[in-house]
Amino acid sequence: MAVAVEQREVVTKKPRVDKVLHGVVTSGALASLVILGSIAGFLLYRGFEIFSDMGFGFITGSTWEGAGAEGEVTKYGIAPMLVGSLVLSLIAVAVALPLSVGTALFVEFYAPPGLRRVLVSVLDLAAAIPSVIYGLWGLFVLRPLAIGWAKSLNEYLGWFPLFRVDATFFDGSPFIGGLVLAVMISPIITSVSREVFSQTPPELVDGARALGGERWSAIRHIVLPFGRSGVIGGAMLGLGRALGETVAIYLVVSIVFKINLQMLFTGSGNIASMIALKFGEASPYEVKALLASGFVLFIVTLIVNLIATAIVNGSVRKASK
Amino acid sequence: MTAVTTQPSAVRPLQPWKLTTAQRFSRFATVIAVVAVAALLVLVSPLAGLAGIALVAIPLQVAVSVARSGRHGSVAARNDVATSLIGSAFLILMAPWLSILYTVVRRGYEAISWNFLTDDMRVTAPDAELGTGGIAHAIVGTGVMVLVATAVSVPLGILSGVYITEIRGRFTKLVRFIVQAMSGVPSIVAGLFIYSTLVIYNKSYSGFAGALALAVLMIPTVARTAEEVLKLVPEELRFAGYALGSTQASNVFRIVLPTVRSGLVTSAILGVARVAGETAPLLMTAQIFLATKGNPFDGPLASLPIVTFSFFQNGADNAVTRAWGTSMVLLVLISLLFALARAVSADRRRSRR
Repeated sequence: MAVAVEQREVVTKKPRVDKVLHGVVTSGALASLVILGSIAGFLLYRGFEIFSDMGFGFITGSTWEGAGAEGEVTKYGIAPMLVGSLVLSLIAVAVALPLSVGTALFVEFYAPPGLRRVLVSVLDLAAAIPSVIYGLWGLFVLRPLAIGWAKSLNEYLGWFPLFRVDATFFDGSPFIGGLVLAVMISPIITSVSREVFSQTPPELVDGARALGGERWSAIRHIVLPFGRSGVIGGAMLGLGRALGETVAIYLVVSIVFKINLQMLFTGSGNIASMIALKFGEASPYEVKALLASGFVLFIVTLIVNLIATAIVNGSVRKASK
Repeated sequence: MTAVTTQPSAVRPLQPWKLTTAQRFSRFATVIAVVAVAALLVLVSPLAGLAGIALVAIPLQVAVSVARSGRHGSVAARNDVATSLIGSAFLILMAPWLSILYTVVRRGYEAISWNFLTDDMRVTAPDAELGTGGIAHAIVGTGVMVLVATAVSVPLGILSGVYITEIRGRFTKLVRFIVQAMSGVPSIVAGLFIYSTLVIYNKSYSGFAGALALAVLMIPTVARTAEEVLKLVPEELRFAGYALGSTQASNVFRIVLPTVRSGLVTSAILGVARVAGETAPLLMTAQIFLATKGNPFDGPLASLPIVTFSFFQNGADNAVTRAWGTSMVLLVLISLLFALARAVSADRRRSRR
């Protein structure tokens, strides 16, 4: 006997409070989008005059001359600072990456659990030390030491192209700036790497040990391949932070407006430190040039960070599978 | 079903790979010996300082590792060498952080006095005798700016988190993406942004402008942490709320948010710790002012990092000591914030049980 089942349509009407809630929360969440968009928009808008006046020369030019006397040429090109940003950050990542990965492995696989908890907090705190303190420490403590190291490197390994200099001036070099940046970004790289390493499935590590593998064999063949993309992503995040660092570079590096690829030789700088240096006594037109430089810096760090985020997320997703 | 009567006997796993106490002790002694030998070598060679010792000690330790474990085969030797190198990497990386803490305290404590915390630099030159003047203006300024920044960024950050975990609308991926992109904005760019809008428009630096620049940097930290803690709310709690006929709004405000209240407080504290020491964005927004004042809308306002920076730029010995003293206050403040965040989240864990 068939009973005609009346299909009752279930309708949930959203109460008005929920509509309000959705509206408020959505607009609050999208405020970040508006902020990010207006950062790009306003910097581009204020600096647009420079981009249209200098054209591509703003990126490739290597002079920064404001109009002094009447009729003097005004030229703004950020190539030396763009190159300097890259050189400083690459030195920083090259130094910080192996040390950070080692430290992350130590914290995760070698340190006893009590020490591990302490070290994780130490890492969080180290990441929050203000850059002005890193800068002062770099200037007063690290710089004198690093000048000595640079001298020895040049003296004993000067035949190696990386350590060659034209003249023996070692103060305020990209090397010293890169070392300070390395100290600054290593907590980030270490934290991210440790996080990814800690997600290695323990049964894989235990399995490797059960097959008679030593601790290093398990790390080398399981933990490192598993965490590789996370480590790369962490390094990219560190690179992003290093690219945008202002005060520490301002304090430690002699900011010289010339492309310097000899890492032990005096003089370098990055876009952010140049902005801080020139900002105080800039003419209105020069301020526009500084805002345009800020736009370039924003775009560069945005790209680096998006790549980093994509890599880290990829590895975390792989881990949670 | 019969009860399980066999007690698991007190068999402890042998864990034969673990080092015995004697082995541990001998390894520790080896490290000490290696460092001592390295230090001696450094004394009689042109090498100098801790770096020189490290330069000798690390290869020496590696050589000892090979010699010690080599007889157990190449795998054992590699394992021992890796242990030595990983331990060295850890020690090398700890050295600068310990050095920073030591330097800040050693150079800064001289400047610290009751007066230093309660007076300002209105009538005192940066290089005047220590014990006169102080950094009250910077402490108050940082406090005011951080409060305003918190008031702006914490609601926005929490709303982002609520959007991702509660609304789960079609922008979820976009919001998460934007928050991550924002966390990479260099601090000086945040400063330039506020400069190019608010400061140019008002034709004046102000504490409020500084606070907004800090808020831009704070939002991603708050949003990420808020999302993390909101994810911890068990789905059953939400279902229970709906089953009782509650609207989503009352579910969010009466169940979800109160459940993670302390987690949200932690997210705000971590955000504050992240921005309290920012220097670059304040250079072009809040600048510096020598007298103590609490009104963020009334022209330039001092802050701890900018005051540190300006003391340092004076160059005189007393001014530099003041810079270190200000750094020390800043570092203590940030450590306290971290301890507070930890205490609040520990409290949460305890109350959940």
